[in-house]
Amino acid sequence: MARYVARRLLQMIPVFIGSTLLIFLMVNVMGDPIAGLCGERSCDPATAAQLRREFGLDKPLWQQYATYMGNLFTGDFGTAFNGQKVTELMGSAFPVTIRLTIVAILFEIVIGVTLGVLTGLRRGRPIDTGVLLGTLVVISVPTFVTGLLLQLLLGIKWQWISPSVRYGSFDELIVPGLVLASVSLAYVTRLTRTSIAENKRSDYVRTAVAKGLPRHRVIVRHLLRNSLIPVVTFIGADIGALMGGAIVTERIFNIHGVGFQLYQGILRQNTQTVVGFVTVLVLVFLVANLLVDLLYAVLDPRIRYA
Amino acid sequence: MRGRTPARGAACVIAAGLLASACGGSGGFGGAGVLTSSWGDPQNPLEPANTNEVQGGKVLDMIFRGLKKYDPRTGKAQNMLAQRIDTPDSRNFTVTLKTGWKFSNGEPVTARSFVDAWNYGASLRNNQKNAYFFGYIEGYDKVHPDSGPQTADTLSGLKVVDDHTFTVRLGQKFSSFPDTLGYAAYAPLPRAFFTDHAAWVSKPIGDGPYRIESYTKGSAMTLKKWDAYHGPDPAQNAGVTLLVYTDSNTAYTDVLAGNLDLVDDVPATQLKNVDTDLNGRYINTPAGILQTLAFPYYDPKWNTPGARKVRTGLSMAINRKQITETIFRGTRTPATDWTSPVLGAAGGYRAGLCGHACDYDPAQAKKLIQEGGGIPGGRLKITYNADTGSHKQWVDAVCNSINNALDNDQACVGNPIGTFADFRNQMTQHKMSGPFRAGWQMDYPLIQNFLQPLYYTGASSNDGKWSDEQFDRLVDRANAETGRGAAVRLFQQAEEVVRDNMAAVPLWYQNGSAGYSARLSHVALNPFSVPVYNEIKVG
Repeated sequence: MARYVARRLLQMIPVFIGSTLLIFLMVNVMGDPIAGLCGERSCDPATAAQLRREFGLDKPLWQQYATYMGNLFTGDFGTAFNGQKVTELMGSAFPVTIRLTIVAILFEIVIGVTLGVLTGLRRGRPIDTGVLLGTLVVISVPTFVTGLLLQLLLGIKWQWISPSVRYGSFDELIVPGLVLASVSLAYVTRLTRTSIAENKRSDYVRTAVAKGLPRHRVIVRHLLRNSLIPVVTFIGADIGALMGGAIVTERIFNIHGVGFQLYQGILRQNTQTVVGFVTVLVLVFLVANLLVDLLYAVLDPRIRYA
Repeated sequence: MRGRTPARGAACVIAAGLLASACGGSGGFGGAGVLTSSWGDPQNPLEPANTNEVQGGKVLDMIFRGLKKYDPRTGKAQNMLAQRIDTPDSRNFTVTLKTGWKFSNGEPVTARSFVDAWNYGASLRNNQKNAYFFGYIEGYDKVHPDSGPQTADTLSGLKVVDDHTFTVRLGQKFSSFPDTLGYAAYAPLPRAFFTDHAAWVSKPIGDGPYRIESYTKGSAMTLKKWDAYHGPDPAQNAGVTLLVYTDSNTAYTDVLAGNLDLVDDVPATQLKNVDTDLNGRYINTPAGILQTLAFPYYDPKWNTPGARKVRTGLSMAINRKQITETIFRGTRTPATDWTSPVLGAAGGYRAGLCGHACDYDPAQAKKLIQEGGGIPGGRLKITYNADTGSHKQWVDAVCNSINNALDNDQACVGNPIGTFADFRNQMTQHKMSGPFRAGWQMDYPLIQNFLQPLYYTGASSNDGKWSDEQFDRLVDRANAETGRGAAVRLFQQAEEVVRDNMAAVPLWYQNGSAGYSARLSHVALNPFSVPVYNEIKVG
């Protein structure tokens, strides 16, 4: 197991360097960020040159990247164009997005797995067909439609919720979290359903039933544990996707999280913000994947030796 | 745990959450006499000489008063802190301040507050994006050279005479200089700005009707009425809370739901319903913004006598009326000159100055373009940035209109560029091969501001590098003129030169739009399309 963990950790290094370098290149290919700083008129050349020097944009790209990576290890993510430290921006953005992600993941686990188990056990029954149809609808409707629709109905028509998020507390994030989770939730339902339906006919379940174990024990301990392996993978990989992909949801519900900062960073071509946030997101992805792999190894011992 | 139960359980959890969030909804920010308003995250640190966009400008407008202030209705510059501004020759000015003005930290506003602030704004060292505003003042080239290090720390043209008097000497004659002094970049600054800059930037202190109570960067700013305010225009409400919105649609939705009092940018997609949605609480008033198509005169193909005819032809091929009505739903007005109606006739606006060249006349358009040798390069590519402002819609419509006039589906196409920064980048590097979108929001309501920065040889926003001796001469003469009326007439003559050459195709004047809740009254937008916050009454 220790060797497996060590190998996985070592693999993360090139992935991390490669992905940050790619982002660095992509942001810089878009052109000179200073050009857009002065609004509809161009910055006067002296100020532009000085700003470029201040943000280190006058140096060759490889040097900028080296400096950036060097600073990173001391926890310095640079300064955004409005004079704020990128770490400060992260400090305000990540907690909100993490809360949003937690809400979304909870929805995926609670609703998704429950519906999956239900439908998996009752394959072909009306409830199965109904839920399947429902997931089909959720998957095919884009997130922004779901979001705007819920906002309009719950926020304006019925006035159950505030249409926008102010403080980013858990209770405010329930509807946005549901919207963010919706598509993944549908996939979790389907994955669980298939997995359960398949394993229901396996020998060990039949044995467990034949031993006379209570039904809930058979389902939870024997059937669910083995059926959850693909679901765990999916949810684990989804953590990063939810955090980085919350742009649409965050915009609709006015959540000042990672998606909002990334969107503004890209719009204003703010190199430091974009690269900083993406770097952290890459780390989140890597750690989430590592955890999934480790959990995998725990759930299925065969994997550790592979 | 079977059947419908779990689903119902989940529904209950959601409902409980909904109720909780409904309880925690608004409340916290509004309060008695305080209004909430939508806001965007300012792009730069909030310093007067460093703020060049509307969102930061909004705050400066509330917490600062300068020598002059533009009347929110007429746009006319009126004395605020200035007792009087005298000049014998349009070049040397003596500014006398009124007494009794203070910053909200108790420090009196003196001549030094202005001179120090202007020196700070002009200095290259401070990276102020509006530094060029001080370019008229003598000694600017030493404090802010085009290249190389600065050789002076202060502008030689500024002198403090006593506590309430200072003199300004300009590098050249500029008769309307006093009228530019209402711009936020010229605001006075307290000592605290220089002694503890970081603290000041995190919570700016000014001399205006409001003081900042708290500022959370990127999310909200609370402004309270400043009771000791000395000026003639104190706040009519207890305060304003500015809330950053990720999207103007969400802000608009919040106004509908009663969570927000004021949105000062009604999204284009909502314009269709705005009247019924808000029951008349919608304003749509002209702002000092003009949209044009500019041309790359550095490209020899566009700088020929024939190309002049082509440009006029293109102008005639655009059905401005139809586009403003269908796409913008009346929030823009077809342009008939190169300024803006907010200037008023006395300020230099002349409706119809463009004449027939701005009328839709497809037959004549086709004829002129053919006479001029056709579109340079064979195909018109209109370059715009696709990230903001829904420019794609109108560029496509303009192209459509041109294609129809020329009976050629391929004559004109839009050329989108991903980000504004890249768009600006290509523009400053002179990479435009055809016309490009140019929006001009005035800095101050003067005809000079609509012409000189855009068409004077080598001017800061002359992105197409247009150059005309006659135009330059007329502008110089207008600036040297002491009488306002005479100056305006000369500027209008200069504008006629722009017209005769069709230096840029004027498209439409832009309006400011705002929607507000039933709690508010006396809501208006000033000519800069910023709400006149201090006049708004709550409840």
